[in-house]
Amino acid sequence: MAKFAKKKDGDLPAVSTASLPDIVFMLLFFFMTVTTMKDSSIMVENTLPNASETKKLEKKDRIIYIFAGKPTQEYQKVYGTETRIQLNDKFANVNEVGSYILAERAKKPQQLQNVLTTALKVDKGANMGLISDIKQELRKVNALKVNYTTFEGDAFNNLQ
Amino acid sequence: MATNRETPEVNAGSMADIAFLLLIFFLVTTTLETDEGLGRLLPKKEIEPRTIDVNERNVLRVNLNSTNELLVEDAVLDLKTLRKVAFDFLDNGGALPGESKYCDYCKGKRDDSSSDNPIDAIIALHHNRETTYGFYIAVQNELVGAYNDLRNREAQRLFKQSYVAMTEAYYDEKTPLIQKEKLKKRLKRIQKMYPQKIVEPEVFSNKRFDDEAQ
Repeated sequence: MAKFAKKKDGDLPAVSTASLPDIVFMLLFFFMTVTTMKDSSIMVENTLPNASETKKLEKKDRIIYIFAGKPTQEYQKVYGTETRIQLNDKFANVNEVGSYILAERAKKPQQLQNVLTTALKVDKGANMGLISDIKQELRKVNALKVNYTTFEGDAFNNLQ
Repeated sequence: MATNRETPEVNAGSMADIAFLLLIFFLVTTTLETDEGLGRLLPKKEIEPRTIDVNERNVLRVNLNSTNELLVEDAVLDLKTLRKVAFDFLDNGGALPGESKYCDYCKGKRDDSSSDNPIDAIIALHHNRETTYGFYIAVQNELVGAYNDLRNREAQRLFKQSYVAMTEAYYDEKTPLIQKEKLKKRLKRIQKMYPQKIVEPEVFSNKRFDDEAQ
C-alpha cells in the first residue's frame, strides 16, 4: 500500500506575493512615462475646454504658461471669486502680463527667444473679456504666437 | 571540507515596499498634463489701426453674445451647423469663370451673394466680454474644423494624403529631412489655396456692435 501524506485541511495555502514587486514596478513605470513634473502649483480652477482640431505643442522649453480662472476654494477668501490671472506662483493683474512675458523671454537662451509660444491655460468658465485683455497685452510685447491649451475631446461638451 | 555550494538567496521581500515608495513619490510630484491646443497668431500691434476695404460678401460675420448664443450674419445659428455654414461660405467660389478671382478648385454653389474666392474669404469672429471661454473655444474649433475639412479634401485630391496627417508627419521628429522639405512645399500649397483668415476685429468698418460703443 502506497502511503499518502494526508493533507491537513484547515489552513489555506499562502498567496504568493512574489509577483507583487513586478506589478508595482509596472505601475511605477506607467506613471513615470505619462506624467510630467509639477513646476508650479495651480491656484486657480483650471478645467480646460475640449477641442478636436488640436495641434501638438512644441518642445516644453519654448513655452510660457499663463493660467487664468476662478481662485480655488482656499484662496477665495482673500482673492474673491472673480476670474484671476496666475503667473508663476502668484496672482497678477492684466498689466503685469507684459512684463512677465519679457522677463520669461529674457530667461530663455538667445536662439529660442524668437520662437516662443504663449500657452493660455484658461478655465472654460472664464469670461472672454479677460482673455482679450491678455491678448492685447501680449500684442504690446510682440508675443504673437498663442496656443489655447485644450483637452482632446468633443468641443460641444464645452457648452454644459 | 564541505563547502556550501548554494549561493544564499537575496531576500526580495522588501522590494515591493521600495517600489511602492517610489510609486507614491511619482504620484505626488507629477501631474498629467495636456500639451495640445488650438494655435493662433495674433496680429501685430499697430499705432494706428489699419482699415481694409473688403467686399461685404467676402466676410462671414460670426458674433458671440453675452448669453452664449451664436449669431452668424445677425441670425441665431446652432453651433452644430456652424461648420457646414463656414465650409459652404469658404468653398463658394462666387467669381465667374474668366474673372481673375475665379476659383477652379472650389466645389461650392457659386452663389454671387457669398464669397468670391477662398483667398479673399474672411471670417470675422467677434465676441462679447461676457462670453465664456469654453464657448469661444468651441466656436474656434468648429471654424478651424471647416478649414481642415477643406484642406483635407484638396490634399486628398492632389497628394492622396490628408492635410492633418501631412502636418503631423511634418512635425514628427522621425521624418527624414528630404521628406520634410517635400511636405513643406505641399503644405504651403494647400495653405495658399485655403488660407486661414479668422480675424477678430476691434471695430467693424461701418457697423458697430452695441457692446463696443464705448
